[in-house]
Amino acid sequence: MTGEIGQFALTLALALAVVMAGAGLIGARASAAQARAIAQGSALGFFVFVALAFGALTYGFVSSDFSILDVAQNSHTLKPLIYKITGVWGNHEGSMLLWILVLAIYTAAIALARRGSDRLNSAALGTMGLLAIAFLLFILFTSNPFLRLDPPPFEGAGLNPLLQDPGLAMHPPMLYIGYVGLSATFAYAAAALITGELDWARAARPFMLAAWIALTAGITLGSWWAYYDLGWGGFWFWDPVENAALMPWLVATALLHSALATERTGAFRAWSLLLAIAAFSLSLIGTFLVRSGVLTSVHSFANDPQRGFFILVMIFLAIGSALALFAWRAPKLESGTGFAPASRETALLLNNVLLTAAAATVFLGTLYPLFIDAAIGTKISVGPPYFAITFAPIFVALLILMPFGPRLAWQHGDLKAALRVLAPGLGAAIIAGGAILAFTAPRSLAAAGAFALGAWVISASVIDFLRRRRGRTLNAGALASLIAHAGLGVTLLGVTGTTVWRSEALEVLAPGQSMQVADTTLRFDGVGIVQGPNYQATRATVEAFRDGKRVATLSPEKRAYPAEGQEISDTAIRTTGFSDLYVALGDDRGGGRWVLRAYVNPLAPFIWFGGAIMALGGLTSLWGRLRKRSASAPAATVPAE
Amino acid sequence: MTPKKRRRLAFAMAIVAAAAGGSALVVAALKDNVLYFYSPADVAAKHVAPGVAFRIGGLVEKHSVMRGPGATVHFTVTDGRATVPVAYTGVLPDLFREGQGVVALGALDGSGAFVASEVLAKHDERYMPPEVVDALKRSGHWKEGEKP
Repeated sequence: MTGEIGQFALTLALALAVVMAGAGLIGARASAAQARAIAQGSALGFFVFVALAFGALTYGFVSSDFSILDVAQNSHTLKPLIYKITGVWGNHEGSMLLWILVLAIYTAAIALARRGSDRLNSAALGTMGLLAIAFLLFILFTSNPFLRLDPPPFEGAGLNPLLQDPGLAMHPPMLYIGYVGLSATFAYAAAALITGELDWARAARPFMLAAWIALTAGITLGSWWAYYDLGWGGFWFWDPVENAALMPWLVATALLHSALATERTGAFRAWSLLLAIAAFSLSLIGTFLVRSGVLTSVHSFANDPQRGFFILVMIFLAIGSALALFAWRAPKLESGTGFAPASRETALLLNNVLLTAAAATVFLGTLYPLFIDAAIGTKISVGPPYFAITFAPIFVALLILMPFGPRLAWQHGDLKAALRVLAPGLGAAIIAGGAILAFTAPRSLAAAGAFALGAWVISASVIDFLRRRRGRTLNAGALASLIAHAGLGVTLLGVTGTTVWRSEALEVLAPGQSMQVADTTLRFDGVGIVQGPNYQATRATVEAFRDGKRVATLSPEKRAYPAEGQEISDTAIRTTGFSDLYVALGDDRGGGRWVLRAYVNPLAPFIWFGGAIMALGGLTSLWGRLRKRSASAPAATVPAE
Repeated sequence: MTPKKRRRLAFAMAIVAAAAGGSALVVAALKDNVLYFYSPADVAAKHVAPGVAFRIGGLVEKHSVMRGPGATVHFTVTDGRATVPVAYTGVLPDLFREGQGVVALGALDGSGAFVASEVLAKHDERYMPPEVVDALKRSGHWKEGEKP
């Protein structure tokens, strides 16, 4: 029964999306107030029915209704409840339904918050309606989660054990809130082009921020998961699937900055619109790369080429029509006021040039194998060094310039005054770089440079914070930017520490034998069998000693899932917050001997702390925006910063 | 030319120069970091020189996995037409299985054996890297719809 309810709800949602698209776009005309009301109503109805469909599938998973094919293929009665629920999006069909649910949430938010003029809001709802139609057709025709199975099996096939993990359970919803949040930004940009109303950047700001925060958190979670789960001790592999999330993040970051100028002085008006289109296009391309499996990825799941083709058609339609609209309407947009070479606008411009250049190099490296395969039929891949070589110089330039932005005034800034204020930061950078050269081994110029940069960026945020608090100019926007900038600095320290000073050891040990990694001795005390809720674990006991004193007991394990017939390893990590001791259990070599792999990763936790700090910066800005809106009328207030 | 126009021209030229410099960097980096993919049959036919890094892919031959000495694992990769012996020192991914698809990164040593620095992990038992599918199709050992 639940399957039919879900199917029915999805079909009704499609009908409402058609109404919303039509009424919303008609409502872009000033006289069509009635159409606008219809668009609002159908937007809420669309949300209700999508939520109903999602609820139906969730109920199917929780109640282990194996007459639904999707449930039978991806669930199991013995799975813990939490993984029955997260299993809803642990498969292609369910994850597309989650995508639609997030789209529906944003649509309802646009309809309820009514940001921007009535016409702008209506045209944005119309655009969301068009996207909803495309995705609902995709689900209903290629990825229907409510297909029936007759007769139903007694037991399901189970969920891929890798996905039975709290980090990976939260990772897809976060990424989707980010990807789809960019669709709301895209909808406002399209609405601005349709209606010619220019205040879209302010109206779309909360959606832009929500998307960016979620993308930041999603990428951070994904990287953390890869680190502790894959057992390689690495945090980023420049894999196509990772790049698919990084590209929209880079462009969304550029957009957050350029839209600030557009909102404030009208500068970069056309450029911001283009970035909004590009950011959403990249999230569609990312979905295509992940879902079609055209590129070899360590993160790929089994897939179906037909779906890839459908997404490709959708990408061409969405990008093509948005760019056509842009080419037609953008020349009519009046440009904003000018600005001097030393100004906030110039800083934002440089930020945008660098971030889009970074996105372009990642794009090229990720898709180059596809071009080559299509052009000359040779199978190649692009190695991680390419990304390091191209990405690093761009980010170095970005980080050097970053502290200047918030210190320069709009339109006419004073570069000398900014330098004077930032001078202590320069001092901190020199001290940090010098200390690294003097006190660490092996001596690394790259590490010294990176630490100098990190100190420069973080201390600039501290300086800015103190000055603004003293001058009582510390508003939510300024606070947000200095938190986010400092977060990037923290991540840089983490990446540098792990890359330059990592120690690694790989040995076959019998019980009682020891191995050495950095200054830590690891004694292997054999393995035991432990029963989990739906798996059986072979758990090793490893005692860690430093200077003859026991510092930790680690228990890396291998888990066998009988329902799925798979085995996965679970690493053991002991962190001090400044350094990780990381142990993974390898193969059984017989006679009680096991392969053990250990790492000491200095500063590794900083990578994810930094990501969390950046997301916190985004949240601060979002909170400031929403608070300001509820405190006073939106039009009259002075923008943040 | 008004000062505003001159400034715009200077700015445009700076952008063009930056773009040109950036592209040169990117092209140079790409050229040095492209890894070719070869199936075991390609390795035999193309006489790949020892020490040149590439990716090899195919199926892990049944009963070919030998563990040791030390943390090294030996196995054979096949595409049905040719085989290449592979040595890897490290922890194999969880889904590494005999008879299943595998992609490894490394180079040939002097004796024609492939020394892998990395064996690609995968997240899904049912996933088969597209290059492996392609290599099996070329050697006529791919059965459509077969669960790998």
